[in-house]
Amino acid sequence: MLGLNKRDFSLLLIVAILALCAPFLLNPFPADSAMAQFNAGYPDLMQRFVIFGIFAIGFNILFGLTGYLSFGHAAFLGVGSYSAVWMFKLLSMNVIPAILLSVVVAGLFSLLIGFISLRRSGIYFSILTLAFAQMSFNLAYSVLTPITNGETGLQLTLDDPRILGVSRTEDGSIPVTNFFGLEMRDTYEMIVGPWSFQFNNGYYLCAVLMLLSFYIAIRIFRSPFGMMLRAIKSNNTRMTYTGLNARPYALAAFVISGMYAGLAGGLLASMDPLAGAERMQWTASGEVVLMTILGGAGTLIGPVLGAGFIKYFENIFSKINDSVLHSWFSFMPDGLENLLVTLVHPFVGKGWHLTLGLLFMLVVIFLPGGLVEGGQRIARLFRRKKPDDAKKSTQSTPAE
Amino acid sequence: MSKSNLTRRGLIKTSAIAGAGVALPTIFTASSAAAFTNEPTGGSVTLGFNVPQTGPYADEGADELRAYELAVEHLNGGGDGGMMNTFSSKALQGNGIMGKKVEYVTGDTQTKSDAARASAKSMIEKDGAIMITGGSSSGVAVAVQGLCQEAGVIFMAGLTHSNDTTGKDKKANGFRHFFNAYMSGAALAPVLQSLYGSDRKAYHLTADYTWGWTQEESIVASTESLGWETVNTVKTPLAATDFSSYIAPVLNSGADVLVLNHYGGNMVNSLTNAVQFGLRDKQVNGKNFEIVVPLYSRLMARGAGENVKGIHGSTNWHWSLTDDASKAFVKSFGEKYGFPPSQAAHTCYCQTLLYADAVTRAGSFNPCAVAEALEGFEFDGLGNGKTLYRAEDHQCFKDVLVVRGKENPTSEFDLLEVVEVTPAAQVTYPPDHPMFAGGELGACNPGA
Repeated sequence: MLGLNKRDFSLLLIVAILALCAPFLLNPFPADSAMAQFNAGYPDLMQRFVIFGIFAIGFNILFGLTGYLSFGHAAFLGVGSYSAVWMFKLLSMNVIPAILLSVVVAGLFSLLIGFISLRRSGIYFSILTLAFAQMSFNLAYSVLTPITNGETGLQLTLDDPRILGVSRTEDGSIPVTNFFGLEMRDTYEMIVGPWSFQFNNGYYLCAVLMLLSFYIAIRIFRSPFGMMLRAIKSNNTRMTYTGLNARPYALAAFVISGMYAGLAGGLLASMDPLAGAERMQWTASGEVVLMTILGGAGTLIGPVLGAGFIKYFENIFSKINDSVLHSWFSFMPDGLENLLVTLVHPFVGKGWHLTLGLLFMLVVIFLPGGLVEGGQRIARLFRRKKPDDAKKSTQSTPAE
Repeated sequence: MSKSNLTRRGLIKTSAIAGAGVALPTIFTASSAAAFTNEPTGGSVTLGFNVPQTGPYADEGADELRAYELAVEHLNGGGDGGMMNTFSSKALQGNGIMGKKVEYVTGDTQTKSDAARASAKSMIEKDGAIMITGGSSSGVAVAVQGLCQEAGVIFMAGLTHSNDTTGKDKKANGFRHFFNAYMSGAALAPVLQSLYGSDRKAYHLTADYTWGWTQEESIVASTESLGWETVNTVKTPLAATDFSSYIAPVLNSGADVLVLNHYGGNMVNSLTNAVQFGLRDKQVNGKNFEIVVPLYSRLMARGAGENVKGIHGSTNWHWSLTDDASKAFVKSFGEKYGFPPSQAAHTCYCQTLLYADAVTRAGSFNPCAVAEALEGFEFDGLGNGKTLYRAEDHQCFKDVLVVRGKENPTSEFDLLEVVEVTPAAQVTYPPDHPMFAGGELGACNPGA
């Protein structure tokens, strides 16, 4: 089906079902229960899950297959966002031209940076990409302020010269991003008893594009081109000795993953028309590395899981403050309540980095293949009795 | 083969889900009932406090959060009421806002516009916040203000000093109580003239981003109108921690005043470097070399320690003020947390009270009604004397304090002394002043 083998197709199907049902899956708790704090099914976070999923899938094509560790991928994300916002400002509020331009611009930019950086490999390559990304960040932050609006970030204004469409709507506000009239921020809220589920247009656009990106990534993984990229990872020198020039392949992988990052950036701007320089900072580049490793580098689904994991912590755990903790433990005697709040306090709210760091350490130490390996181990536990265990293990090859 | 089996099952599954996805929203359309975004329906109302809890301004953020918690306590009738007792408008009863108990959610802006917007969006979309407030940097404030305008909720800006917040980036749903760079310049200039004379050569070191530039522009304009000469303006990268290489050229430039357009950690480092280089003991052009820090805060003064002694700057509010309102606020804040509030805490507390008051006077949580109640609102009793929320740009106009690093501090909080209270009239500018031109409020957006 679709040129995929059975296993890959069922994986794609699972991802599709997960993506389409996300509004239900991410809101398992009734809206006014204490556990509602852990619900993640609101439009902004769901969009972020899939957008950063795309970003991580693209990064994984470079890192998982060729083993080139780029520390500057956020630059392409940022460039994509800026191009998309400029498209909104100058051309039209339709997201399609914006997304197309952001992919193209990010592709060209990654061609330039890849062409230079790929002259070196290993740590030197990482440092070169890091330097380029940091350079882009500083340019965007101050030097190129007329284009990027510096620290404040590029935003839409009421007097944008929009060629197709109006500068301002009839009631005097900035028009919103749309997909041929379908507003990205429109949300249907469905109330079922105490539950509420939100279906957002923008989210579904992102989810469809994520599925498309995922499909393309599977095809790349399974293609002769993907095989060539794996060969680069296993031994680049041997490739050279056999008379093959590996660099064009690596460059192609770099540009493809740059375009994925550009797509993610364009989508971020389409959901929320703002492009900030922080998107290009080295911490943002590091984040995608974390996502990929946490989920399982070199696996298909891993990066998406990793992206979801990190974004969940960033948005849900960081919002748990002391008063929320007190309301959780309020059934206990006062002394015990305060003790528990004091104990939990460093790990939530502003301490979410700490919790994430601990989990990251645990995953790297005990599950070197990332969350995917964890899933496989659990699956193996249940499947041990069945005889056809030997057939698996073709699907994913975690990074060593 | 099994391949086709799987396909059929997959097809059925997908089409069932797609069908459900398409059909359901047409049956349940609950959101269209509300008149505006997040209309509070139960017995409580949720406010969103979006402050930096990590990153360079985490200190300010922590103090802002304390002030918000105090304000919520006072609004709900707890504590001693603080500035609610001195506030000239008596609409607030201590029974929440219009009888609804005030609840709040917090978020971490990380001093990044992206993260701040994500956090604010989650407050609006998930927690149903009716108003967002906070921010400890102008970039973040401008970004979140834009978001609130789109989403249709009120934004009450916290610590943001850039002219742009109520200048070229002003929004109908956004309001700022804090003063701005232009006001700093206008307040400082006369004091600088009386202290250092009108024949001075100034050298500017400026943090290289929007806020730094607007402040440099404002200070250059107001000092040049005194007759000062601007020798040079040098941009320093925001991430810089060592300013020695920027300080050294100052000595040979012939300048006799150094203006540091820095904030937070930047200012602490640049001021420390400048003092270590012995600039303050130098004689240039037959005059004592002077350093000016246009935007001062107590938290920064504490970071710079000894080096702030005798250095002038401006501030929005200081806890040592002796009017009734300031005393009441310092007392209730001090009793709760054990130390006096910073200017960031003060402005955030005021913003929360002002919002609650505006809702009560408007008799509605509708952002457009609230905005109307705030526009042109004149009040007193919040620690800054008589204050006007100007309708044209949603900026508060009030007295500005010129402060000096104290020579003999009596405690770790007693670092600044008020030199002069510049009256509001002197720092008022027309709404179309060139430094604020280019923006437009637009129409208020109630969302939904």
